[in-house]
Amino acid sequence: MDTNLKLKIGWFSFTCCEDSTILLTELLNDHLEEWKKVIDFKHFKALKTNNSIEGLDVAFVEGAISSESQAEELKKIRDNCKYLVAIGACACTGQPSSSRNNFATDEINFKTAFYMCHFDYSKDVKKIDQFVKVDDYVNGCPMNKDVFFSTMDKYLKMFKIIS
Amino acid sequence: MHTADITIENITKIEGTAGLQVKIENDKVVDLKFLIKDFRRFYTEAVKGKPLVAVPTFLSRICGTCSIAHLFCSIEAIEKSQGIVPSEQTMKLRRLAYDGLMIRDHALHLYFFVLPDLLGIDSILDIPEDHDNFGHQLLHDSFDIKNVGSELTTAIAGAIIHAPLPTIGGFLKLPDPTQFPALIQKLEGIRVQVLRGIDAFFKMPDTMVRNSDYLALRNDNEFNFLQGNVVNTSGKKIAEEQFHDFLRSVIIPYSQAEGYVFSDTKEDYFVGSLSRINLNKDLLNKRTVADIGQYLSVFPSDNIYHNNLAQAIEILHCIDDAIEILGSIKLVDEKPVVQPHVAGTGVGVIEAPRGTLYHLAQTDEQGMITNYDVIVPTAQNQINIENDLKKYFEQNLDKDEQTLKLEAEKIIRAYDPCMSCATNFLKIEWIRS
Repeated sequence: MDTNLKLKIGWFSFTCCEDSTILLTELLNDHLEEWKKVIDFKHFKALKTNNSIEGLDVAFVEGAISSESQAEELKKIRDNCKYLVAIGACACTGQPSSSRNNFATDEINFKTAFYMCHFDYSKDVKKIDQFVKVDDYVNGCPMNKDVFFSTMDKYLKMFKIIS
Repeated sequence: MHTADITIENITKIEGTAGLQVKIENDKVVDLKFLIKDFRRFYTEAVKGKPLVAVPTFLSRICGTCSIAHLFCSIEAIEKSQGIVPSEQTMKLRRLAYDGLMIRDHALHLYFFVLPDLLGIDSILDIPEDHDNFGHQLLHDSFDIKNVGSELTTAIAGAIIHAPLPTIGGFLKLPDPTQFPALIQKLEGIRVQVLRGIDAFFKMPDTMVRNSDYLALRNDNEFNFLQGNVVNTSGKKIAEEQFHDFLRSVIIPYSQAEGYVFSDTKEDYFVGSLSRINLNKDLLNKRTVADIGQYLSVFPSDNIYHNNLAQAIEILHCIDDAIEILGSIKLVDEKPVVQPHVAGTGVGVIEAPRGTLYHLAQTDEQGMITNYDVIVPTAQNQINIENDLKKYFEQNLDKDEQTLKLEAEKIIRAYDPCMSCATNFLKIEWIRS
């Protein structure tokens, strides 16, 4: 076992309240020291300015997809990672960020139409596996931390970072 | 720098997605745009037609980090729409849960986002595993501070994010008071670490001074995030219900969130910890004041970087406030206040970690939501942020682009902006205009 080997991960957020990011920053209280030994946080916008998406082992993606530009960005992430994990309810199911898909009345559509015309909004908000292959799902609002731990553990073992 | 286009695609170490575009021509800033880039979720539209009981927990999803603020503000607005008056015990328990939120949320901003600026590094991930390193000490202080804040909120509200126990009229389940002595001990235990942080943020050398107005809730009896009137620097006092009447929303076509102008002043205005300490420092917990007198003397301040110091001071205040409540509260068995539904309008205004937060709820007599509005702190601070940045760039055009970008990010970060909050809602007035 190469003790210098680290799992190269990226953490990404699309349309959501970023509650799983916040939960992760809480998990760091007790786990940062051990994770720094085995994980290379190559992309983590909430914590660092110098980010890179190239050559990721695992990409963790929270949030739903609201626009074509977000979809393109998601595909770019998928192209740069070996495995991709959907994090939290919005990424896994679309909800609740996709609530606007259900706005039925003409009046509401008129109001939302203004924004959707002025910015790059897609007609519908979608979950991430409608655009890219997802290898694992960590459901929950915010994500279930025990499932997150076991998923992280799975990839640390798969890449022979830990035994 | 005579002519340049400076773009920061993604401002980092903040909550959500924002960017900055600056156009410089002939040594003048001719255009500057602070771009809130998170996509709207139209949650204030989504709640229309829903039963009021479902709304607070749904709207807590506006924001991951200050979900408790949206939860409590929504509960307050709906309670007022229904004429429900929560008990004194409920208000004390909400205050306890909120103290925990402030401790954790401020510590996240100060130690995870701002601390690298203080240390001159990119990230807390770059802090060496060296116990003698000052950054290492502060970072590990923050782990303890955040953990205790989270424990406090969890003990009262059931979770730190999208808490399940607070509800309209009270709490679904009361906390177990046998936990309180241990909580008091832990809160006492982190005081020394918080004081170290206050000193560190007091010594942060950065300065960005510009006159603006300051708005915050003020309760004349005590430092209170949940109850009071909205006041400003010149002494204007507005009841929560009238707050919206004093705001004019401003179209910012390149931003996914509106800005706001306070109609009582010609200046732009700021909401957040700096406003609260500027306007309410006389009301801080007495034990807090006794320990931080020297640091308090810088307030009132027009230095935006003192928002960081103000947050550090509020952490200590919340610790001391929670210790007092936990040590004195005698819980009685209470169920949430329940009343038959009525048609009504209610306004909730509270101080979220990042500043004054407004929720308006209108219901019909079946208890269904007919209209809802939210005004969040970051939307209110947008104009102020842009004006600060314009001043900074105009005074520092001799600096290289890398320095300008770094300093601009630091100024933005000092505001502790939250883009998730800023893009949840739909301003109908804008569309009609």
